[in-house]
This record gives sequence, structure tokens and C-alpha cells, in this order.
Amino acid sequence: MKGVFAHKFWVVVWPYIWMLVFFALPFGFILKISLAESMIAMPPYSDIWSWSDGHFTWLGSFDNYRFLLEDDLYYLAYFNSLRLAAVSTVLCLFVAYPMAYGISRMEEPYRSLFLLLVILPSWTSFLIRIYAWIGLLKTNGLVNHFFMSVGLVDEPLTMLHSDFAIYLGIVYGYLPFMILPIYANLMKLDHSLIEAGYDLGARPWKVFLTIILPLSMSGVVAGCFLVFIPAVGEFIIPELLGGPDTLMIGKVLWQEFFVNRDWPVASAIAVVMLTFLIIPIYFYRRLEMKQLGVGE
Amino acid sequence: MNDAEVQYAVEVVNLSKHFDDVAAVDQVDLKINKGEIFALLGGSGCGKTTLLRMLAGFEKPSLGDIKINGVSVLNSPPYQRPVNMMFQSYALFPHMTVEQNIAFGLKQDKLPAAQIVARVTEVLGLVQMEKFRSRKPAQLSGGQQQRVALARSLAKKPALLLLDEPMGALDKKLRMQMQLELANIIESVGVTCVMVTHDQEEAMTMADRIAIMDQGRIMQVGQPREIYEFPNSKLTAEFIGSINLFKAVVTGGELTCAELPGQVVAGEANAVFEGPCYVALRPEKIRLDAARNLDATNCAAGKVNDIAYLGSHNVIHVRLDAGAGQGKIVQVHVSNFARHATQTFDFEQPVVLSWDRDAVVLIKADQP
Repeated sequence: MKGVFAHKFWVVVWPYIWMLVFFALPFGFILKISLAESMIAMPPYSDIWSWSDGHFTWLGSFDNYRFLLEDDLYYLAYFNSLRLAAVSTVLCLFVAYPMAYGISRMEEPYRSLFLLLVILPSWTSFLIRIYAWIGLLKTNGLVNHFFMSVGLVDEPLTMLHSDFAIYLGIVYGYLPFMILPIYANLMKLDHSLIEAGYDLGARPWKVFLTIILPLSMSGVVAGCFLVFIPAVGEFIIPELLGGPDTLMIGKVLWQEFFVNRDWPVASAIAVVMLTFLIIPIYFYRRLEMKQLGVGE
Repeated sequence: MNDAEVQYAVEVVNLSKHFDDVAAVDQVDLKINKGEIFALLGGSGCGKTTLLRMLAGFEKPSLGDIKINGVSVLNSPPYQRPVNMMFQSYALFPHMTVEQNIAFGLKQDKLPAAQIVARVTEVLGLVQMEKFRSRKPAQLSGGQQQRVALARSLAKKPALLLLDEPMGALDKKLRMQMQLELANIIESVGVTCVMVTHDQEEAMTMADRIAIMDQGRIMQVGQPREIYEFPNSKLTAEFIGSINLFKAVVTGGELTCAELPGQVVAGEANAVFEGPCYVALRPEKIRLDAARNLDATNCAAGKVNDIAYLGSHNVIHVRLDAGAGQGKIVQVHVSNFARHATQTFDFEQPVVLSWDRDAVVLIKADQP
């Protein structure tokens, strides 16, 4: 019996250890730095407390957070990041759902093949694939060449360095993260429920809206989080495909850290970003619990 | 359209369904009366489910026609057919309450809300589930889910109700009770019903008429009693209940059974034909006595080979003594009338089997 309990203990404790070492601890450091002051030193920030002669002094302050509120640069960057991430998540959903649904309805050899094709691009570095889009989208790039040769446009379109290019990049880059959870969910869907919908007089579109979509909602929500959260902090895509005036929090954070070498402000930005992302996750968890009937 | 044409609720005309090269349903003709409970009975892969799915509109027939109340529904998608189905898994929408599940079909017809609520209450009353209207399917037992599924498929007052293995998801004890109850509800509503089952007891309990299916074809259609007492083929005879078959032949109107000693005389109810056939005897129609002198007709001697006590009756296997059927095992059912058995049999005890001429069923042998 003892062996079984010990085994159980380690099964449960392992995620805790992982989260402690790779989430809680680093976050503690970031939180600590965000309360300090920038200094030209090594490391480039001050202590937030001191301990001398058995005397404890608190030196930390919320000045960095106050600073984020004062300058509308940060406020705009947050807002812009959330907006870009939200729009691209919705676009991603609209592209991914029909694909996931189509694949889930395929016969076996094709289903595995298409699933593989969805994941296949991830075997090439993300950075390289985003670079490739530059070649496609630039003024004298492949896409413009094609449009002009078929006479669709007379002058090359400006597609690169725009919000459009960012949306495209995010949708392209994060599509598998949207497809896979929705696909997994649709595969679990009992086909007789769909037939029951038809049988009771619902037309195909109605069956989709009232049965298939609600029953695959947890996959949709999971996919949206998997796309939205990294998209908010995305740095590579806005840096490479976005315009010079594209304000995204990932870029601002990078600038504060590497250009201004202001670690405390950069840390404060990161803490605020995390808070923004935790709120929707918290509400989603509550919704999920309610659906499962926990605590009813 | 005259009345004679519309006397059937369902007409299946020369219906076939091919999957690749295999005929799942092969030239089936059926006429189902209004208000009748009709069972399609057969083993797995016999085509009964495919036939049901074609009635519902989930499979498109390769050939033939389906008429419901005299109107062909061949080109109607499932959502336009006056047909509702109770699925084997019940297929209750897990994200909707009992009430929402039942209202779903009514909402598709864009009925006024008050009318929907009234109808939902009505069918919930029919299946005695009023108390559970705001529960989710996961919060119901298997039997309760079945009632809700039945209520949902009755809510739209379909011209045809389909039941796909209605008891398949229930445990054995609940089955017997629900079979009678379901049949009673369906009869009280008066809806025409086609059910699919592999369980002969279920078909015989619930259905007014049964069609035995094998390899996509209908082997026999009739009332449970007809099919049990007058099977028209070896297959139906063996499929429904247990039966003892003895090879025989009819030549010039004379029956000769090589596998039974003495002469076998059949009752008049049997069809008249010539050629190879089987003498079929149901185990409960054979009398078993201790060794005695043999009668001239319908009699055989043997030894007890095996005894199984089943409570309500004993199943006794008798090994035949003489004749070409020597060594052949005959199954006999002996009812347990009394608690203290007056006549018991032992292994290897010599016994005599006898039967009435009316018990003899003659089945024409299948063409080679």
C-alpha cells in the first residue's frame, strides 16, 4: 500500500515542481525587479529591501507601474496588442474551424495525412517561415507578380509592413494550435447526435449552430487561448511583417529591455501583461467548472 | 390517389442498397400497416439497420422506392421526412435539458412557444418524466434517458416512428419491463413503428409483425406466433427459439424421415410439396417418458445425454438409439410443474420421445 501512495504522491507533485521552477520562481524574480529602480550597475537594478544591524528596510516602490500609466505609449501598446491578437484569433478560428471539421469527417488514410500536413510546417523554424512571407508579400514579391500577371491589379499592392501582414502572419503561424484542439473535440462528437438533429427537422446549418458548434465549444475556447495568449506577446511577427509604427507590447518590452536597458520598467510591463492574460483564463476556468457541474 | 393505395403507412418497393459490390439490402418489399409495430429481426450484418437508415433518410437507396402514407420520400432529406427515430445510443443532446431536447424538433417547425411548452408537457406525461424536465441527460439513468428519447421522437407526431435496437443500452432486468412499457406507449399513441432488433424475445414481445432478415433479404414476414409455429425455412426455424431438425424427403406425397425410426406423420397444416425437406420439432412439443414400448408413429427411443436445470424448465438432451439418426442429439424441454419432481431423469437413462402429428413442421430444404 505504501508503494501505491508514494507513486500517487509523485504523480501529483511533478506538475507542482515544474510550475514552481519554471513559472513561479521566474515570475517572482520579474515581480521583484519590477518593484526596483533602474541603475547603471550589474545587475542593472536596485535592491528592494536591505538588511543591516538586524534592521529591515523596504526600498521597493510601485513607481514603474505608475510610469506605465503616465505614458500613453504603454497604454496604446497594450491596447493595440490585445486588438491585433483578438482580431487574428477570430480570423484564425474562421479559417481553422472548417478545416478541423473537414478533416474530422474524412476517411482514414486521408484524415491522418491531412493532420500531418497541418503540423508539417512546424518542422521548419517559425522565424524562417515568417521571413519567407516577406519574400511573398513585398512590393516586387511573388504575390504581387502573380496579381499583376493575371491583370488583377495594375500597380503592386503594399502588403508588407502593415496590420494585414501581421494578421496573415499570426493566422498562418498559429493555425495548427487552433485546428488541433477543435479537431480533437469534433472527433469525440457522437455522429448520431448530428443525425438526431436532422431527424428532428433541423437543416444542416441549424444542426451546425445548435448541436455541432456548442458541443465543440471547449475545443474552440482552448484553441482561442492557445492563439490569443502568445499572439498578445508576439514579437517576431510584428517586428518582421509589421510597419515601423506598429505598436505591440512585445516590441515595447524588447525595446525597454535591450535598447533602454531599463529592466524594472520592462519587468513591470511583463507583470501587467500577465495580469491581462490571467483574467480571461480565470473566467474561462470558472465557466468550464460550471459546465462540468462542479460546485453545483 | 384512391384509398386502397394509402392503407399502408409504409411501402417499401424493391428496395436495394449496395455498398461497393455488396448488397446490404437486396430487393426488399414490405407493406406496413397503419398503427402497427413492425420488427426487423436478424443477426448483425443482415441489413436491418441499413433498411431502417434508408427509412430515416440517412442512407440513399441504390434502387427501389419508399412510400410513407402513399407518398414517395425518396428525394426528401431526413429533415423533411415525417419520420422520427429513437437512436440506439438515444443521441440525447448532452448540452440541453430534457425539456430543450424534446422542444428541439418542435422549434424547427417554428411552432408558437406556448404550443411547444404544451406539447413538451404532454409527451413528458406520456413517458412519466415530468419531474425531470430541467435535468441534463447525464443526470438521468439509462431507463430515464430512454423515456426522454422516446418522448423526443414522439413529440412531432411522426407518421412513422423508428426504433434502433431500443433495448440495446439497457441491462437485462430493465429490458423486459421497458419492452412492455414502450410497446404500450406506442400503441396508446397509435403511431406506426418500425423497430430493428437482434433479440427475438424483444421482437416477439413488442411487435405485431416480424420480418426475419438475412443477407439483405426478407426471409419471412408474419406475426410472432406464425413465425414461431410455422417457420418457412431452416433459417427462420433456427433463428427463432430452438428447434430439432431431421432430414427427410417427400416423394409422391409420402413423407420419409431417415433420421427418425418408425414413421413420421405430419399434421394437415403443412404445405404440400415434393422433394427434400426437414422434419422440425420444437423442444417443448416433445414428450419424454421412461423406457416403454414404441408407438408405431411419431416416436423414438434414446438415452439421456445431458440435463440442464433452468428453473422454469429442464433442457434434456437425448441421444437417439437406432436408425440412421443414431447418435443424433434431440433437445427436449420438460416443464417443472411441481416443486418436488415426480419424474426425474438420470444420465444414460433409456427414454422414449413422442410427439403429436400437429407438432411436426415440414420445412422445404433450401435449394442446393
